[in-house]
Parts: sequence; C-alpha cells; structure tokens
Amino acid sequence: MTAAALRHARYVVTENPITLVAFSMLLLLLLLALLGPALAPYDPLKSDTASTLKPPSMRHWFGTDQLGRDMLSRVMVATRLDMAIAFSAVALSFTAGSLAGACAGVFGGWTERIVSRISDTIMAFPLFVLAMGIVAALGNSVFNVVLATAIINLPFYARMARAEANVRREAGFVEAARLSGNGTMRVLAVHIYPNCLPPMMVQASLNLGWAMLNAAGLAFIGLGVRPPTPEWGILVAEGASFILSGEWWIALFPGLALMLAVFCFNLMGDGLRDLIDPRRRT
Amino acid sequence: MAAPAPLLSVEDLSVEFRTREGLVKALDRVSFDIHRGETVGVVGESGSGKSVTAFAIMRILDPAARITGGRVAFDGVDLVAAHEPELEARRGRDLSMIFQNPRTALNPIRQVGRQIGDVLLRHGGAKRGEVRARAVELLAQVQIPDPARRYWAYPFELSGGMCQRVMIALALACGPALLVADEPTTGLDVTTQAAIMDLIDELARAKRMATLLITHDLGLAALHCERIVVMHAGHVVESAPTAELFASPRHPYTAKLIAATPGPGISLEELAAIPGSLPDLRGELPACRYSRRCERYAPFCDEPLPLAEVGPRHTVACGKPL
Amino acid sequence: MDTLLEVASVSKRFPVTVKGSPRGSEHFLQAVDDVSFSIGRGECVGLVGESGCGKSTLVKLITRLSDTSDGRIWFDGHDIGTVPAERFARMPQRALIQMVFQDPTDSLNPRFTAFDTIADPLRRLGRSAGAGEVAKRVSALADMVGLPRELLGRYPHQLSGGQKQRVGIARAVALEPRLLVLDEPTSALDVSVQAVILKLLESLRRRLGMSYLFVSHDLNVVRLLADRVLVMYLGRIVEMGTVDEVFERPRHPYTRALLSCVPEPGATGAGQRIRLSGEPRSPIDPDPNVCRFYGRCPDGVERCAQEMPLLRSFGGVHLSACHLA
Repeated sequence: MTAAALRHARYVVTENPITLVAFSMLLLLLLLALLGPALAPYDPLKSDTASTLKPPSMRHWFGTDQLGRDMLSRVMVATRLDMAIAFSAVALSFTAGSLAGACAGVFGGWTERIVSRISDTIMAFPLFVLAMGIVAALGNSVFNVVLATAIINLPFYARMARAEANVRREAGFVEAARLSGNGTMRVLAVHIYPNCLPPMMVQASLNLGWAMLNAAGLAFIGLGVRPPTPEWGILVAEGASFILSGEWWIALFPGLALMLAVFCFNLMGDGLRDLIDPRRRT
Repeated sequence: MAAPAPLLSVEDLSVEFRTREGLVKALDRVSFDIHRGETVGVVGESGSGKSVTAFAIMRILDPAARITGGRVAFDGVDLVAAHEPELEARRGRDLSMIFQNPRTALNPIRQVGRQIGDVLLRHGGAKRGEVRARAVELLAQVQIPDPARRYWAYPFELSGGMCQRVMIALALACGPALLVADEPTTGLDVTTQAAIMDLIDELARAKRMATLLITHDLGLAALHCERIVVMHAGHVVESAPTAELFASPRHPYTAKLIAATPGPGISLEELAAIPGSLPDLRGELPACRYSRRCERYAPFCDEPLPLAEVGPRHTVACGKPL
Repeated sequence: MDTLLEVASVSKRFPVTVKGSPRGSEHFLQAVDDVSFSIGRGECVGLVGESGCGKSTLVKLITRLSDTSDGRIWFDGHDIGTVPAERFARMPQRALIQMVFQDPTDSLNPRFTAFDTIADPLRRLGRSAGAGEVAKRVSALADMVGLPRELLGRYPHQLSGGQKQRVGIARAVALEPRLLVLDEPTSALDVSVQAVILKLLESLRRRLGMSYLFVSHDLNVVRLLADRVLVMYLGRIVEMGTVDEVFERPRHPYTRALLSCVPEPGATGAGQRIRLSGEPRSPIDPDPNVCRFYGRCPDGVERCAQEMPLLRSFGGVHLSACHLA
C-alpha cells in the first residue's frame, strides 16, 4: 500500500515538471522554516552600527538594514513564522469550513441556510478590512492574525464543500451505504466527506498563498507580528521607507521571498489533487 | 461494369494513443468503405475502437492520439493528409457528426435555433435575413413540434430526445454527404430511440446521404444498416451485408456477439457469454487480437492474416472461419 | 404463492414551483400515483417503463430510501411503509431489502476497496462483526459472485465494469436479503458481460431463495429473468401480467408501442412499428380524470379524456388499464 503510494507520488511529480518545481520549492521553504535559524549566517536581531544600509555584497548577500542587521538572515528566519501562520490558518479554515459546508450540503434545510448566510455575511465585507477589524477587536497577537485569516477564508471552503457534498448526496454509493445500514452521520463522515476532499485540496493550496499574503499584509500595517521579530510583511514595511532613498534591497528580498512562496503554493494545487485522488492512482 | 467509387473509403487506418503506461494501439489497419446513400453500422463493445474510428474520420481525435498510417479517402480527398483549414471547411458542410450525449454537445447558454443559425451562416452560405426561417424549417424537418417557438428554447428546456433532434438538425443543416452518428440513441428511451432512428433513416434516404452508425447495439444496427462492420480490439474482424452477417457469421467473435444479444426467441440458458476480456492494447499483441478468447484457436492463428473476401462484399479476418 | 412484498395504493408527490403561477399556490409532481402490486417469495417481477415514468422513485420507496406520500408497504407481514426512512436504517428489515445499482462506477465509493465495500453491510448490519469473521464472509461472497479474491484489495477504478458490478452484487447479497431490487443491473455493461451477470443473478436467486424486482427499460433483458412484468407510464401501472401474456398479447397501447420499438437482432426492416407522436403529458398536477397516455396514444378516444381507466383483469393475473383493451 505505502509502496504503491510512493510510486504514485513519484509518478505525479515526474509527469508534470511544474509540479516538480512547486514541490522542490515547497521543500526548500520547509527546510528554511525548520532550519532557518541554524542556517542563517548572522543573528537576525543583532544590529551592527558599523555597517548600516549596506547594499548586497559577498559578506551580506541581501545587504543590511538601517540597524546593520543582515537581511539574508532576517529573510531566512522569517520563513518559519510566515509558514506557520499560513499553514495553521488554512488548516483551521479548511477543517471548519469543509465540515460546515459538507453538513449544509447533506442536510439542507436550516443547516444549509445558516451556513450560507454566515458565508454570505463574511463575503460581503472587503476581506482584508474584515481581517483588520477582527485583529483589532480580539487583540493584537499572532494567534488572532491566524484566526482572522482563517475566518475570512471560511466561506470559500464552506461553499465548495457544500457543492461537492450536494452532488454526492444523490450518488449511487451513498444510497448503497444507506442500504447497508449506515446512519446519516456515518454516511456523511465516511462516504461523502472524504470524497469531497480532493477538489478542495487545490483550493487549500491556492489559499495558503492568500493566507500568507494576508498575514504579511496585516503585519505590513502593524498588526499581529511586531518588530523586531523578522516577518516578511514587516521586513517589506520597514524597507518601504528606504526605497525612495535608493536602498531598494531591504524591501526587495523579503518581498521576493513572499512572492516565491505564494507562487509555489499556487503551482502546487494540481499536483496535490493528483496525489490525493485515488482515481489517479492506477 | 465497374462499381462506382465509394464516398468514404477507410484504408489501413491505424491510430495510437500515448498514455502513461505506454503506447495504446487503438486502431490497427482498419479498412471499410461507404457508398453514397448507404447506411453502414460499426458494431463493437467498449474498447473496440469504434468511436476512435469515427473521431479519426472526422479528424477530431484527442491530442494524445496519432494517426500512424492509412488513408481516409472522402470524395477523392485524403482526410488524413488534409490540413486543418480544409478540414474545417469540410466538417459541417460535407461531413457531419452527431454525438452520444446531445445535451453536452449543444451550447447550454445559446438558444437552439440560433445555434443552427450559426452553422448555416458559417458553412451553409445563408444570408442573415433568411437564417431564422431556414433554422425553423430545419427544426420542423426533424419533427420538433411547434418549431417557431422551440427556436428560442435553451437546451435545458428540451428533453433528451428533443436535444438529439436539434443535434440532427445541426448536423444536417448544410446537407452533408456523410453523417457519422456515434451512439446517437444511447441513453434515450426505446420509443424515442425508434423515433430518432426512423428520422435519421428517412432523412438519409431523402437526401441520398451516407450514414455511418456507430453502436454497441447489434439489434439496432440490424434494423437500420445495410452493411455491418464488426470491430474487436481495434481490428475489423468481419464486414458483411446485414442479412448475411446474421444468417451466416463467419468470424467466431461475430457469432458470439449475436448469440450474446438478448432477443425474443432466446432464453437465459441459450444466451452466450463471451469468455475472457479485451486484450491489453499496449505492448506486443498477437496477430489475431481475438485469439486469446477464441474457442477455435489454432497455432496458425498467430501468423499475420489479411482480411479475406468470403463472399460478395463479405470479408472476414480469421484463419479458421466458421 | 406466498406474498413477500405487498404495495398498496402507494403514491409519491414532490412539491414543485411552477413558473408563472401565483405565489402561494401549491403544485405537485406526481411521480408515483396509486400503485399497487405484490411480489411473491422467490418470484422475479420485472418493472419496465421509460425515463421519468416513476420507476426510480418507486424503487426508492420500496427500498425505503424515501418516504411515501400515501399508501402502505407490507414486507413479510410487517408494515414498513410508515417507518420514516431515517429510522428504517436501524430496523431488522433493513438487511432484508437490498439493491443492485445501475451504474457500477457511481455506486461504489471511490475511496473504498472492493473488500471494504462488501464488508460495509456486514459490519453495519451483520450478526457477527468480528474482523476475522467478516474477512471470511467477504471471501466467500467474492467466490459466490465470481470475483477473484486477489481483486478484493483493489479500488473501483482499478476494476473493469463487470468486476465492479460483481462487487455491487456481492455487497447486495452479503446480508442474504429476501428481496433484491435490481435497477438496470446490466445497462451499463457490454453484451459480452451482460449474459454472465444475468446468469449469475439467476443462479443466486435460486441458491439464496431471493425475490427480485428487476427494473429495466430493455424488454429483451426483462423477459430473460422475470416471471411477471409491470409496465409503468407516468407514475401509474398501465399493465401487468406474466411475461408470456404481456409480451405475446399486450392489452395496453403503450405496452404495444414499447414492444414494437424493441430492436430484434436478426430481424431486419422497420416493419409494423407503432410510432408515438406528441409529447408526454406533464406529471405536474395531472388531471385525475384523464388517462396519462392520452395525447400520445394512437387509439385515444373521447372517453379517455373524461375518465381515468383503471386496471382490470383479462384473465388470471393479466391486468391492463385501458378503456379500449
């Protein structure tokens, strides 16, 4: 079974070079997230007044900021925080949204109406402003940034899960499951819900990118993560004021890291679906 | 007296599909022909290559497929060698196709009358002013009740049978010389099936149109075709006039297929099952692709063998025919 | 014959909204209308009719996947029609009414192996649900339906159509049901496999003493298995009787039309085919005093638009609902 799964994974990755690129980038990001602090050439928080605002050089590949901190180290160390925020936010909204959506799709009636109205209400707001509001209301902490990011993404999962569950509610295997004595909850949990997941994985992957951008955006305007903690959004915010005076590298490299991460997640979607869908596993 | 040249002549047509597990030899040296005004059935089980044949003739194969050999001579022009502009001009005008699922073959957000109008404008050389009248006329011709009103209907407002009638109207809009009907009534009710097939018959006769009927239903082919081509695993195994095919099938597979089709006089005990399954079309294949399922298999069946003429217009590809 | 299933005046209506009708007005789609019939122990009854005639709805009512609007369903002496479908899943009769589905692909959970699919009813409703016992039973079932044991670990997409249908049949007979509903069990299969599956079903019926309700639109297939046949048109049974009676001497014009449209291999030429013209009547709020077939019927007379014809006997078990029969 595991051997077959591995073979399948190898097939998916080699068949589509884009998937291969995406997964290699993901691997790099995960490595940085795990080992960033150990690999960083300098202490990301240690200032060095002797070498402030130095452009990229052999000593400081990404240059230094106004306090003389090494940008390469700061960008590397920030990976862990950014990835953690994105992954936990997506995991949270994926779980809550898909469960609520699947229930709505299967039960219909009141459940469906309540879930749909909540989704509609969330989507009626400009999402970023809503996230700002949530963080402002709950308190300025990293956990609340995660929560806010999860809430604004909830409707996408709920809607998708509802549609997927709705289609499968009438499927032959669901009726067969009921004939076999499965109660409604079991039909939902064992027969319908797992079959809704593969198409949602694509959404989740794209969503990782959005979640990351959203968290970085909140940090950029001073919510959630606070300086001097290295985080891509803050790094870009700090660097932004120096662009006009010609010190472009401070904003560019964290911005580039953010862009590559989001790009990687967007590319990953299709590959992830292929991995998870058993029908692709021939 | 020399027989007139056939309208469509498929010669040694071979098609391969590239898949992740290697090359699939979907068609191997398929040959048959159709004359003007003739209805020919291509019969076979799923995986026999009958739809691939239709798609290859229309040159609308999947990008993963490649025609590796043979000719499809249509009215003297080789469609395999033809370039896309020429094909585009011919499709819809000289050769048309109707598909199995009419609802997905129609544009769901455009009124059916307008869809017919589009074809008339593009291929039929119709003028803008007369398009609507022509389209309504065509809808009437396929016996859609109240055609002037149905002109404005969207596909979802019509039943499956009605949608298939619209497909036929679309296919016949420009009076093609050849109609390729790929399982035109699969999924429709028997009474609807009968009406649709009668309609195709009638229109074909009235316009001297040649029809290639692709079907898995031997009974349906028997009822509507003058000749039947039996396919198995990408090979043409037998081709004969309908009555002769049923009276004296020569290929063991044809005989099995006839015996496996339920009909009035047959009881469950008499109904034959065809042992084995289609061979894997990847990799090395025996000369006769039926040989592994055949009860009459003999060692010489592994020698390459040509389609042999065993009667007038009756050919069979078998080393040990019945 | 001893009666196993008795369906008495069963109806099913679905509320629908009709475009252009005033708000608040109620409209109903009459999917099944006043249907009565019975199935004896060990008997195979065919149910034929075209799409939209209500046969799928009727099947859902009998298998208790959905609730009736009116009427009674008796099974083995128990009134099962009044138990809500939701609760029926826990009734002892649940195991005794099972079904084989039309589309073997759609009816198997793509994330379940063949083993898990067959084991599912055993684990849920079986008497002994120990892992070892279930495994033994699944293997025995695989042998019974002719599914090679080494395929039990496979997922549906790794099986052929015929193999998938064998899995579906094994699942359906796993609990040794008394009544098996076969919903077009071979219409998605190739002819070469069709014969094998039909013969398998026939031998299982003899072996396990089951009754069948065999639903199909293919009359040539129905007559192979069924003892008796019901013909349904727009929610109502228009004719029923033994297969020989109905097929040789059809009384209802719809049955005649249906029979004349069936292609017969070997018989060439369109011959004496009865063509139905016109559109079927709307199943939404049908007039209870007009024959459902009126308008499409080649023989329709004035009386058909004034009085709904009821089933009447033409000797023995042969019933037909036509004024002119």
